[in-house]
Amino acid sequence: MNLLLIIIIPFLTILFVLFSKTKEQVRWVSLVGSVTQLCISFTLLFLFNQERAAGNSVQMLFESNYKLFNSPNVNFHFGVDGISVAMILLTSFVLTAGVLVSWNIGNKEDKGPGLTKEFYFQLLFLAFGAYGFFISLDLFILFFFLEISVIPKYLLIGVWGSGKKEYSANKLALMLMGGSALILVGILVLYFNAGHTFDIIQLSQMQFSSQIQKIVFPLIFIGFGVFTALFPFHTWVPDGHSSAPTAGSMFLAGISMKLGGYGCIRVATYLLPEGAKEYANIIIVLSTIGILYGAFVTMMQKDLKYLNAYSSVSHVGFTLLGIGMLTQTAITGAMIQMVSHGVMTALFFAVIGMIYQRTHTRQINEMGGLMKVMPFIMTSFFIVGFCSLGLPGLSGFVAEMTVFVGSWENNDAFHRIATIAACMSIVVTAVYILRTIDKVAMGPILNHEFLKITDVKWNEKFAVILLIGGILAIGLVPEWLTNLLRPAAEIIMNRIKGN
Amino acid sequence: MNQTIQIALIPLLPLAGFVLLSFFGKKYFGKNSGLIGTAFLLASFILSLFTAYKYFSASVDGHYSSAIALKYTWLVFSDKLSIDMGLYLDSISMMMIVVVTLVSLMVHIYSLGYMKGEERFSAYYANLGLFTFSMLGLVLSSNIFQIYFFWELVGVSSYLLIGFYYDKPSAVAASKKAFIVTRFADLGFLIGILILSYSAGSLDFNTMIHNLTSPESSELKTAVSTTFLSVSAVTWGGLLVFMGGAGKSAMFPLHIWLPDAMEGPTPVSALIHAATMVVAGVYLVARLFPIFSLTTPIVLEVVSWVGAVSAIIAAIIACTQTDIKRVLAYSTMSQIGFMMFALGVSKYGGEAGLGFTASMFHLFTHALFKALLFLGAGAVIHYVHSNEIKDMGGLRKSMPITHITFLIACLAIAGFPFLAGFFSKEEILLAAYHNSPAIYWIALFTSALTAFYMFRLYFSIFWNKEHTTHEKHHGEGPFVMMLPLIILAVGAIFAGYIPFGKYVSADGAPLASHFKISFSILPVALGLSGIAIAWIMYKKQNGLSDKVAASFNGFYKTAYNKFYIDEIYLFITKKIIFNLIGKPAAWFDKNIVDGIMNFTGNTTEWVSEKIKIVQSGKVQQYAIYFLVAAVVIAAAFIYILK
Repeated sequence: MNLLLIIIIPFLTILFVLFSKTKEQVRWVSLVGSVTQLCISFTLLFLFNQERAAGNSVQMLFESNYKLFNSPNVNFHFGVDGISVAMILLTSFVLTAGVLVSWNIGNKEDKGPGLTKEFYFQLLFLAFGAYGFFISLDLFILFFFLEISVIPKYLLIGVWGSGKKEYSANKLALMLMGGSALILVGILVLYFNAGHTFDIIQLSQMQFSSQIQKIVFPLIFIGFGVFTALFPFHTWVPDGHSSAPTAGSMFLAGISMKLGGYGCIRVATYLLPEGAKEYANIIIVLSTIGILYGAFVTMMQKDLKYLNAYSSVSHVGFTLLGIGMLTQTAITGAMIQMVSHGVMTALFFAVIGMIYQRTHTRQINEMGGLMKVMPFIMTSFFIVGFCSLGLPGLSGFVAEMTVFVGSWENNDAFHRIATIAACMSIVVTAVYILRTIDKVAMGPILNHEFLKITDVKWNEKFAVILLIGGILAIGLVPEWLTNLLRPAAEIIMNRIKGN
Repeated sequence: MNQTIQIALIPLLPLAGFVLLSFFGKKYFGKNSGLIGTAFLLASFILSLFTAYKYFSASVDGHYSSAIALKYTWLVFSDKLSIDMGLYLDSISMMMIVVVTLVSLMVHIYSLGYMKGEERFSAYYANLGLFTFSMLGLVLSSNIFQIYFFWELVGVSSYLLIGFYYDKPSAVAASKKAFIVTRFADLGFLIGILILSYSAGSLDFNTMIHNLTSPESSELKTAVSTTFLSVSAVTWGGLLVFMGGAGKSAMFPLHIWLPDAMEGPTPVSALIHAATMVVAGVYLVARLFPIFSLTTPIVLEVVSWVGAVSAIIAAIIACTQTDIKRVLAYSTMSQIGFMMFALGVSKYGGEAGLGFTASMFHLFTHALFKALLFLGAGAVIHYVHSNEIKDMGGLRKSMPITHITFLIACLAIAGFPFLAGFFSKEEILLAAYHNSPAIYWIALFTSALTAFYMFRLYFSIFWNKEHTTHEKHHGEGPFVMMLPLIILAVGAIFAGYIPFGKYVSADGAPLASHFKISFSILPVALGLSGIAIAWIMYKKQNGLSDKVAASFNGFYKTAYNKFYIDEIYLFITKKIIFNLIGKPAAWFDKNIVDGIMNFTGNTTEWVSEKIKIVQSGKVQQYAIYFLVAAVVIAAAFIYILK
């Protein structure tokens, strides 16, 4: 399979969107494009598994390499391993769901600025960046796609956002750009030290001196860490998410934060194992703080979007914790958590968006008894809430347990204490999730306006079912995902162990 | 039929019921949802009876060995650790599937009448199916993580069923409380699993038990020599796992959710909070019993004391409560305390292993008579539309069947000779007598209290003052509600005659019956006097009970307020966790972490604002800068080169 297909389809979709005449056309073109992309992602998964089953154990499959510049030495080098396939699949899920929930943008009942075509353009552009990022094996191209995905976020929040949207958009863009600057410096140091190459595969065969690793690792890790809400660089998350339109939040938390996690694994840890070992304990401390502190802050939130934003900070902490623990199981867990949290949080934001559209409030205290008037949405809210608190059978359980078991493999007091502290979050999570469900869905109906509310429309229903399908697929039969991710984690572990 | 499929169907049939009813129940089945759920459960019950019968009739010299009927690797953690979903067959799991499916079937049938006309009738049956599936998965687990998996699932189905009347704030609060308290306990369970699995190098029960009990195993040596606060790793693991069990089984001090859980529909209380889910903790201790008894006797010591303390505290509180379901809830807690300390005082194998058998025996008989008590109470509540004892009285005439079956259950729980509870309780007392005299005396006192509070309830409901407000003609519920009462009453009378020791023991070897008349005289006499006191105080309406309560004033009040344990918890969560951790964390995030970010931004802006003047666009100004700079650089050069 030619991997260019993965970025060509979104690109073509963008073109078609630009040439569409009516709003209706824009929507259907985007939907057809994203569903095609979803099918292609499934095909990729299928072909990938087929190759692996046939015994093809090359690290990267479906590689292709096109020369772009001689100096600097930049190539369109594409290739995928298990993590990339999983992340591409995740992106397709979130993209399709995002297109579906944004269906009424530009309709009469929509109070935003309208601009349907521009909105879908930004959304697809963001996805285009993410797809390119996940298949790139050249640091320069990878960085290029990372930057591509930042700009649409700024516009999505700034134009279609709500609340203090300008502030949030600025904050998000500036912080992410700051992170990118660190990454760029790190990448350039690697480039010149490795004798002028950006190629990840070639770089992974070099042994950088431990001095360089110690300097570059924090640059790249913190740079990507900003994207993935590493404590204390997480403050763009709550503001950004709460101001973004629904699909924007879904992308931001579902995919954009995963770009960071992927970068932490693929670039920082994989290329600089010495550095990873050097700073592992700091990562563990920061991520454990992020997990627990994020959970406690979530407990105090009154706005649904802030709630899920802080809860995301807490949940992506597990990804970073898994990386910091440096065992194969923990890193596998970190990757599962990226996929799991991506689907889960996208669904969470989608549901919050639907609630907001109907009740015109995001304040938890102003809701009540919504189960009576919108049973479908509230049932989805239940499912996603229970996924968040790690109910077995849903994806969160698989991810968290893998991280916990993997963390416990480190047999010393420091790691044990960090693991126990991280485990404690399951109780705090239960507290805030149940408190929210309790206030929003249960009890008597607070506001008589709510009695006029209607349940889901077809587009929302499809989006929700798609994402719940993802949660269940991971939660009920995790085998397919772990089979993808475990070998990828093993390669990283081999680097860390030094073979 | 293939045996594996047949066993796998036992949990899968209720699951199928759940899936079917939750997707199509309301739309397509409506009122027939109940019948469909019941049909699935009936099939499951027949299969489990058949499976258990086959298992118990296939002993080798009276010994029962364990077998794993199915093993599916669900999630691989590492080379050694994986979650395997399996079906584990041994004497306790076989006993449990019969208990679970029997009580669940009774509750399904009973609810056909009790929940009739309910708006979310099909959702109710769907949830019952989910619960039964999870509970069966739990008891059939072959892997400690599989137990945890289903452990959480029963927790959530319990949450859904307690909060079934979701527009009632008290029900919602109770469901939340139940989930969070047990979640807190599960935190211990999870860490315990991590410790034990790391020490044993496996998550499978068989390997884990083997590695942590056989003296020559290297895992055991490491696990015992690794210590934290001078307690070995295995002991920590065992204690933390027991914490999970104590939470689920509502043991002191994690019991506070159980009385509130009575907000759920009464049949649910009978199923989940009396007969099955709450004994999961006992089952867990029994499952890991070899490790506890052979490697970590300290854990068993803790188990026995937690059990004994819970038993007596709950019995004291039960004497003062006025809500019929709460009395039963505390009584459940007290009886589970009996099962717990019976395990605690037991040894592994032989005569000294009597406690284990007795505990399982009591679990079995208790499930029958406690479910009967709850269903009977449900019938009463159905009739008088109140949970309060003061609204009841003199119901023996209008509800004859409920009256007789309730009486049988009260006699059984009070340990009246030759009913089911008598045999199991005697065995527990005997086991305690031989191994721990202090616990024996506590247990003896508690069983006297049990007889008293149960008959306090019985006399207050069915005798005492007459209530004329109820219409006489429809006293008894429909046939579907009476049938389970009668079946369970038969069980409560005859279950004690099962030679339990022959089938269930810690090491699989048969254990002879220990029944001795001479030993039973004291407990029976105490039980009878408990009944007699209740008869004097509550048979007729007199001021006696108030006088007694007044003479114990302070103590009565404390017990009535459940020893203020709820208030202590409330203080810790509301005052300490919310105010001292949550609020400062939120403040810190908003003002310090975010503040620094904003400060950086603002400083940058301020600095650019200031140096903006320099970029004025006036050529003359630039010329001056140029000149000054040239002079300064020239001066510097001259200075350096000099």
